[in-house]
Amino acid sequence: MLHIVNKSASERSSLDSCLKLASKGSAVLLIEDAVYAATKGNAAAAKIQAAQADLKIYALGPDLAARGMAGRTLDGVNVVDYGGFVDLVAEHSNCQSWL
Amino acid sequence: MQFGILINEGPYNHQASDSAYLFARTAIEKGHQVPRIFFYHDGVNNSTRMAEPPQDDRNITQRWSKLAEEHGIDLVVCVAAALRRGIKDELLAPGFRISGLGQLVEMGIQYDRLVTFGD
Amino acid sequence: MSDMDMEDDGSGVVKKFMFLNRKAPHGTVYALEGLEVVLITAAFDQDVSLVFTDDGVYQLMKGIDTKGIEVKDFSKTYRALEGYDIEKLYVDRASMDARGLTEDDLIVDVTVMSDDEMKNLMAEQDVVISF
Repeated sequence: MLHIVNKSASERSSLDSCLKLASKGSAVLLIEDAVYAATKGNAAAAKIQAAQADLKIYALGPDLAARGMAGRTLDGVNVVDYGGFVDLVAEHSNCQSWL
Repeated sequence: MQFGILINEGPYNHQASDSAYLFARTAIEKGHQVPRIFFYHDGVNNSTRMAEPPQDDRNITQRWSKLAEEHGIDLVVCVAAALRRGIKDELLAPGFRISGLGQLVEMGIQYDRLVTFGD
Repeated sequence: MSDMDMEDDGSGVVKKFMFLNRKAPHGTVYALEGLEVVLITAAFDQDVSLVFTDDGVYQLMKGIDTKGIEVKDFSKTYRALEGYDIEKLYVDRASMDARGLTEDDLIVDVTVMSDDEMKNLMAEQDVVISF
Protein backbone atom coordinates (compact mmCIF):
# COMPACT_ATOMS: atom_id res chain seq x y z
CA MET A 1 0.00 0.00 0.00
CA LEU A 2 1.08 3.56 -0.72
CA HIS A 3 0.41 6.12 2.00
CA ILE A 4 0.42 9.78 1.00
CA VAL A 5 0.92 12.47 3.65
CA ASN A 6 0.63 16.16 2.78
CA LYS A 7 0.67 18.11 6.05
CA SER A 8 3.53 19.40 8.19
CA ALA A 9 4.21 17.12 11.14
CA SER A 10 4.59 20.27 13.26
CA GLU A 11 0.98 21.20 12.60
CA ARG A 12 -1.02 17.99 12.21
CA SER A 13 -1.02 14.43 13.48
CA SER A 14 -1.44 12.85 10.04
CA LEU A 15 2.18 11.68 9.78
CA ASP A 16 1.99 10.07 13.23
CA SER A 17 -1.28 8.34 12.36
CA CYS A 18 0.12 7.15 9.06
CA LEU A 19 3.29 5.74 10.61
CA LYS A 20 1.22 4.05 13.33
CA LEU A 21 -1.10 2.25 10.91
CA ALA A 22 1.14 1.61 7.88
CA SER A 23 1.91 -2.10 7.54
CA LYS A 24 5.47 -3.33 7.27
CA GLY A 25 6.68 -3.07 3.67
CA SER A 26 4.37 -0.18 2.80
CA ALA A 27 5.55 2.98 1.10
CA VAL A 28 5.02 6.47 2.49
CA LEU A 29 5.19 9.44 0.12
CA LEU A 30 5.56 12.90 1.65
CA ILE A 31 4.20 15.74 -0.49
CA GLU A 32 3.36 19.43 -0.03
CA ASP A 33 4.06 20.59 3.56
CA ALA A 34 4.79 17.02 4.71
CA VAL A 35 8.21 17.07 3.02
CA TYR A 36 9.73 19.08 5.88
CA ALA A 37 9.53 15.98 8.09
CA ALA A 38 12.10 14.24 5.88
CA THR A 39 14.74 16.96 6.20
CA LYS A 40 17.81 16.97 8.44
CA GLY A 41 17.33 18.64 11.80
CA ASN A 42 13.52 18.68 11.70
CA ALA A 43 11.85 17.62 14.94
CA ALA A 44 10.07 14.81 13.06
CA ALA A 45 13.28 13.44 11.54
CA ALA A 46 13.72 10.85 14.29
CA LYS A 47 10.27 9.42 13.55
CA ILE A 48 11.11 9.12 9.87
CA GLN A 49 14.43 7.46 10.63
CA ALA A 50 12.78 4.98 13.00
CA ALA A 51 10.08 4.22 10.43
CA GLN A 52 12.66 3.43 7.76
CA ALA A 53 13.24 0.02 9.33
CA ASP A 54 9.81 -1.15 8.20
CA LEU A 55 8.66 1.36 5.58
CA LYS A 56 10.03 2.90 2.42
CA ILE A 57 9.97 6.68 2.70
CA TYR A 58 9.72 8.92 -0.36
CA ALA A 59 9.56 12.71 -0.66
CA LEU A 60 8.35 14.72 -3.65
CA GLY A 61 11.31 16.64 -5.10
CA PRO A 62 9.40 19.59 -6.59
CA ASP A 63 7.78 20.23 -3.19
CA LEU A 64 11.20 20.10 -1.46
CA ALA A 65 12.67 22.50 -4.01
CA ALA A 66 9.72 24.90 -3.75
CA ARG A 67 10.41 25.13 -0.02
CA GLY A 68 14.16 25.62 -0.21
CA MET A 69 14.67 22.11 1.12
CA ALA A 70 16.32 20.40 -1.87
CA GLY A 71 19.46 18.60 -0.79
CA ARG A 72 18.49 18.60 2.87
CA THR A 73 16.70 15.25 2.97
CA LEU A 74 17.61 12.54 5.45
CA ASP A 75 19.77 9.65 4.28
CA GLY A 76 17.68 6.82 2.91
CA VAL A 77 14.74 9.02 1.91
CA ASN A 78 14.05 8.55 -1.79
CA VAL A 79 13.36 11.81 -3.61
CA VAL A 80 11.01 11.37 -6.56
CA ASP A 81 9.55 13.69 -9.19
CA TYR A 82 5.92 13.64 -10.35
CA GLY A 83 6.77 10.75 -12.67
CA GLY A 84 7.97 8.83 -9.62
CA PHE A 85 4.74 9.77 -7.79
CA VAL A 86 2.69 8.29 -10.65
CA ASP A 87 4.87 5.15 -10.67
CA LEU A 88 4.39 4.68 -6.91
CA VAL A 89 0.61 4.84 -7.28
CA ALA A 90 0.75 2.38 -10.19
CA GLU A 91 3.08 -0.05 -8.42
CA HIS A 92 1.02 -0.37 -5.24
CA SER A 93 -2.34 -2.11 -5.28
CA ASN A 94 -4.03 0.66 -3.28
CA CYS A 95 -3.28 4.07 -1.86
CA GLN A 96 -4.47 6.21 1.01
CA SER A 97 -4.17 9.97 1.44
CA TRP A 98 -3.93 10.92 5.13
CA LEU A 99 -6.02 14.08 5.00
CA MET B 1 -3.67 2.00 -16.12
CA GLN B 2 -6.75 4.09 -15.33
CA PHE B 3 -6.51 6.63 -12.50
CA GLY B 4 -9.43 8.40 -10.91
CA ILE B 5 -8.67 11.62 -9.06
CA LEU B 6 -10.67 13.16 -6.20
CA ILE B 7 -10.06 16.82 -5.32
CA ASN B 8 -11.41 18.03 -1.99
CA GLU B 9 -10.17 21.62 -1.79
CA GLY B 10 -10.68 24.82 -3.73
CA PRO B 11 -7.99 26.46 -5.86
CA TYR B 12 -5.33 28.85 -4.49
CA ASN B 13 -6.14 28.39 -0.79
CA HIS B 14 -4.64 24.90 -0.74
CA GLN B 15 -2.00 23.22 -2.86
CA ALA B 16 -4.32 20.25 -3.45
CA SER B 17 -5.54 21.22 -6.91
CA ASP B 18 -2.01 22.13 -8.06
CA SER B 19 -0.70 18.76 -6.88
CA ALA B 20 -3.65 16.98 -8.50
CA TYR B 21 -3.12 18.80 -11.79
CA LEU B 22 0.57 17.92 -11.96
CA PHE B 23 -0.20 14.32 -11.03
CA ALA B 24 -2.90 14.03 -13.71
CA ARG B 25 -0.79 15.65 -16.43
CA THR B 26 2.21 13.48 -15.61
CA ALA B 27 0.15 10.29 -15.51
CA ILE B 28 -1.18 11.08 -18.99
CA GLU B 29 2.33 11.90 -20.26
CA LYS B 30 3.46 8.50 -19.00
CA GLY B 31 0.77 6.74 -21.01
CA HIS B 32 -1.84 6.23 -18.27
CA GLN B 33 -5.45 7.34 -18.56
CA VAL B 34 -7.32 9.79 -16.35
CA PRO B 35 -10.89 9.33 -17.53
CA ARG B 36 -12.52 11.39 -14.80
CA ILE B 37 -11.67 13.88 -12.07
CA PHE B 38 -14.21 14.42 -9.30
CA PHE B 39 -14.49 17.69 -7.35
CA TYR B 40 -15.95 17.49 -3.83
CA HIS B 41 -16.18 19.66 -0.69
CA ASP B 42 -14.64 23.09 -1.51
CA GLY B 43 -13.04 21.40 -4.52
CA VAL B 44 -16.17 22.42 -6.45
CA ASN B 45 -14.73 25.96 -6.51
CA ASN B 46 -12.22 24.78 -9.12
CA SER B 47 -15.01 24.81 -11.69
CA THR B 48 -16.17 28.41 -11.90
CA ARG B 49 -15.34 30.36 -15.03
CA MET B 50 -15.87 33.57 -13.03
CA ALA B 51 -12.42 33.24 -11.44
CA GLU B 52 -9.94 35.87 -12.59
CA PRO B 53 -6.52 35.39 -11.01
CA PRO B 54 -3.84 38.06 -11.57
CA GLN B 55 -2.07 37.85 -14.95
CA ASP B 56 1.19 36.64 -13.44
CA ASP B 57 -0.49 33.73 -11.62
CA ARG B 58 -1.60 30.39 -13.00
CA ASN B 59 -5.25 30.13 -13.99
CA ILE B 60 -6.22 26.91 -12.27
CA THR B 61 -9.70 26.62 -13.76
CA GLN B 62 -8.51 27.27 -17.33
CA ARG B 63 -5.75 24.74 -16.81
CA TRP B 64 -8.32 22.08 -15.95
CA SER B 65 -10.45 22.99 -18.96
CA LYS B 66 -7.47 22.75 -21.30
CA LEU B 67 -6.29 19.41 -19.90
CA ALA B 68 -9.82 18.05 -20.20
CA GLU B 69 -10.18 19.22 -23.77
CA GLU B 70 -6.82 17.79 -24.84
CA HIS B 71 -7.27 14.41 -23.19
CA GLY B 72 -11.02 13.88 -22.99
CA ILE B 73 -11.20 14.05 -19.19
CA ASP B 74 -14.64 14.13 -17.60
CA LEU B 75 -14.54 16.92 -14.98
CA VAL B 76 -17.39 16.19 -12.56
CA VAL B 77 -18.52 18.58 -9.85
CA CYS B 78 -20.64 17.14 -7.02
CA VAL B 79 -24.14 18.57 -7.22
CA ALA B 80 -24.87 18.75 -3.49
CA ALA B 81 -21.49 20.28 -2.65
CA ALA B 82 -21.81 22.72 -5.59
CA LEU B 83 -25.30 23.95 -4.74
CA ARG B 84 -24.26 24.50 -1.11
CA ARG B 85 -21.51 26.80 -2.37
CA GLY B 86 -23.39 28.64 -5.11
CA ILE B 87 -21.82 26.80 -8.04
CA LYS B 88 -24.41 26.36 -10.80
CA ASP B 89 -24.41 25.17 -14.41
CA GLU B 90 -24.30 28.68 -15.81
CA LEU B 91 -21.04 29.37 -13.94
CA LEU B 92 -19.14 26.30 -15.11
CA ALA B 93 -15.96 26.61 -17.15
CA PRO B 94 -15.65 24.47 -20.32
CA GLY B 95 -15.26 20.74 -19.68
CA PHE B 96 -16.94 20.74 -16.26
CA ARG B 97 -20.35 19.23 -15.55
CA ILE B 98 -22.43 18.89 -12.39
CA SER B 99 -23.52 15.41 -11.34
CA GLY B 100 -24.08 13.17 -8.35
CA LEU B 101 -21.78 11.40 -5.92
CA GLY B 102 -22.46 8.18 -7.79
CA GLN B 103 -19.90 9.39 -10.32
CA LEU B 104 -17.26 9.30 -7.58
CA VAL B 105 -18.24 5.82 -6.45
CA GLU B 106 -18.08 4.63 -10.07
CA MET B 107 -14.48 5.83 -10.30
CA GLY B 108 -13.63 3.64 -7.31
CA ILE B 109 -15.40 0.66 -8.82
CA GLN B 110 -14.24 0.95 -12.41
CA TYR B 111 -10.72 2.40 -12.34
CA ASP B 112 -7.47 0.79 -11.20
CA ARG B 113 -6.64 3.47 -8.66
CA LEU B 114 -8.33 6.38 -6.89
CA VAL B 115 -6.01 9.14 -5.67
CA THR B 116 -7.30 11.84 -3.30
CA PHE B 117 -5.91 15.35 -2.99
CA GLY B 118 -7.16 17.49 -0.11
CA ASP B 119 -6.28 19.39 3.02
CA MET C 1 -31.47 10.44 -2.07
CA SER C 2 -34.79 8.72 -2.70
CA ASP C 3 -33.49 6.70 -5.64
CA MET C 4 -30.48 5.38 -3.78
CA ASP C 5 -31.46 1.75 -3.89
CA MET C 6 -31.53 1.79 -7.70
CA GLU C 7 -27.91 2.84 -8.15
CA ASP C 8 -25.85 0.47 -10.25
CA ASP C 9 -22.82 1.05 -12.40
CA GLY C 10 -23.80 -2.00 -14.46
CA SER C 11 -20.54 -3.86 -13.96
CA GLY C 12 -21.59 -6.13 -11.10
CA VAL C 13 -18.14 -5.53 -9.58
CA VAL C 14 -18.03 -5.41 -5.79
CA LYS C 15 -14.99 -3.73 -4.32
CA LYS C 16 -13.90 -3.17 -0.76
CA PHE C 17 -14.28 0.51 0.11
CA MET C 18 -12.90 1.89 3.34
CA PHE C 19 -13.88 5.32 4.57
CA LEU C 20 -11.39 6.61 7.09
CA ASN C 21 -12.88 9.34 9.27
CA ARG C 22 -10.15 11.27 11.05
CA LYS C 23 -11.84 14.59 11.70
CA ALA C 24 -14.15 15.84 14.41
CA PRO C 25 -17.66 16.95 13.43
CA HIS C 26 -18.77 20.59 12.96
CA GLY C 27 -15.35 22.30 13.00
CA THR C 28 -15.09 21.42 9.31
CA VAL C 29 -17.57 19.97 6.82
CA TYR C 30 -15.65 16.76 6.09
CA ALA C 31 -17.55 14.48 8.48
CA LEU C 32 -20.95 15.54 7.15
CA GLU C 33 -20.09 15.46 3.45
CA GLY C 34 -18.07 12.28 3.95
CA LEU C 35 -21.12 10.54 5.34
CA GLU C 36 -23.00 11.40 2.15
CA VAL C 37 -20.40 9.51 0.12
CA VAL C 38 -20.69 6.52 2.43
CA LEU C 39 -24.44 6.29 1.90
CA ILE C 40 -24.13 6.51 -1.88
CA THR C 41 -21.39 3.87 -1.95
CA ALA C 42 -23.59 1.45 -0.05
CA ALA C 43 -26.36 2.09 -2.59
CA PHE C 44 -23.98 0.74 -5.25
CA ASP C 45 -23.86 -2.54 -3.30
CA GLN C 46 -20.18 -2.22 -2.49
CA ASP C 47 -18.42 -3.77 0.51
CA VAL C 48 -18.19 -0.75 2.82
CA SER C 49 -16.09 -0.43 5.97
CA LEU C 50 -16.34 2.70 8.05
CA VAL C 51 -13.38 3.47 10.27
CA PHE C 52 -13.20 6.17 12.93
CA THR C 53 -9.75 7.09 14.13
CA ASP C 54 -8.02 10.10 15.69
CA ASP C 55 -10.58 12.92 16.20
CA GLY C 56 -12.97 11.01 13.90
CA VAL C 57 -14.14 9.02 16.93
CA TYR C 58 -15.77 12.22 18.21
CA GLN C 59 -18.28 11.98 15.35
CA LEU C 60 -19.94 9.10 17.20
CA MET C 61 -20.51 10.80 20.55
CA LYS C 62 -23.83 10.23 22.30
CA GLY C 63 -25.69 13.32 23.39
CA ILE C 64 -24.64 15.61 20.55
CA ASP C 65 -26.85 18.72 20.62
CA THR C 66 -26.22 21.21 17.79
CA LYS C 67 -29.11 23.59 18.51
CA GLY C 68 -26.81 26.18 20.06
CA ILE C 69 -24.56 26.35 17.00
CA GLU C 70 -27.48 26.22 14.55
CA VAL C 71 -26.11 23.48 12.32
CA LYS C 72 -27.56 20.14 11.28
CA ASP C 73 -27.13 17.24 13.71
CA PHE C 74 -26.11 14.41 11.42
CA SER C 75 -25.01 12.10 14.21
CA LYS C 76 -28.39 10.37 14.06
CA THR C 77 -27.55 9.22 10.54
CA TYR C 78 -24.96 6.85 12.00
CA ARG C 79 -27.78 5.00 13.73
CA ALA C 80 -29.55 4.63 10.37
CA LEU C 81 -26.56 3.07 8.63
CA GLU C 82 -27.80 -0.43 9.33
CA GLY C 83 -30.75 0.31 7.05
CA TYR C 84 -28.25 0.88 4.25
CA ASP C 85 -26.57 -2.47 5.01
CA ILE C 86 -23.55 -0.71 6.45
CA GLU C 87 -22.65 -2.83 9.43
CA LYS C 88 -18.87 -2.70 9.47
CA LEU C 89 -18.07 0.15 11.83
CA TYR C 90 -14.64 0.20 13.41
CA VAL C 91 -12.86 2.45 15.86
CA ASP C 92 -9.25 2.18 16.91
CA ARG C 93 -8.50 1.48 20.54
CA ALA C 94 -5.63 3.93 20.82
CA SER C 95 -7.74 6.84 19.53
CA MET C 96 -10.47 6.03 22.08
CA ASP C 97 -7.95 5.75 24.93
CA ALA C 98 -6.27 9.01 23.97
CA ARG C 99 -9.64 10.78 24.31
CA GLY C 100 -10.88 9.12 27.48
CA LEU C 101 -13.72 7.40 25.61
CA THR C 102 -15.25 3.95 25.86
CA GLU C 103 -17.80 2.17 23.68
CA ASP C 104 -20.51 3.32 26.12
CA ASP C 105 -19.90 6.89 24.98
CA LEU C 106 -20.75 6.09 21.36
CA ILE C 107 -24.09 6.38 19.60
CA VAL C 108 -23.72 3.09 17.67
CA ASP C 109 -22.24 -0.36 18.14
CA VAL C 110 -18.69 -0.52 16.86
CA THR C 111 -15.88 -3.03 16.69
CA VAL C 112 -12.86 -1.78 18.61
CA MET C 113 -9.60 -2.67 16.90
CA SER C 114 -5.94 -2.78 17.81
CA ASP C 115 -3.36 -1.14 15.57
CA ASP C 116 -2.45 -4.50 14.04
CA GLU C 117 -6.07 -5.35 13.28
CA MET C 118 -6.50 -1.92 11.70
CA LYS C 119 -3.38 -2.41 9.57
CA ASN C 120 -4.70 -5.70 8.25
CA LEU C 121 -8.13 -4.25 7.51
CA MET C 122 -6.60 -1.34 5.61
CA ALA C 123 -4.26 -3.53 3.59
CA GLU C 124 -7.11 -5.65 2.21
CA GLN C 125 -9.10 -2.68 0.81
CA ASP C 126 -9.41 -1.83 -2.88
CA VAL C 127 -10.29 1.81 -2.33
CA VAL C 128 -9.54 3.95 0.74
CA ILE C 129 -11.11 7.38 1.00
CA SER C 130 -10.17 9.63 3.88
CA PHE C 131 -12.31 12.49 5.15
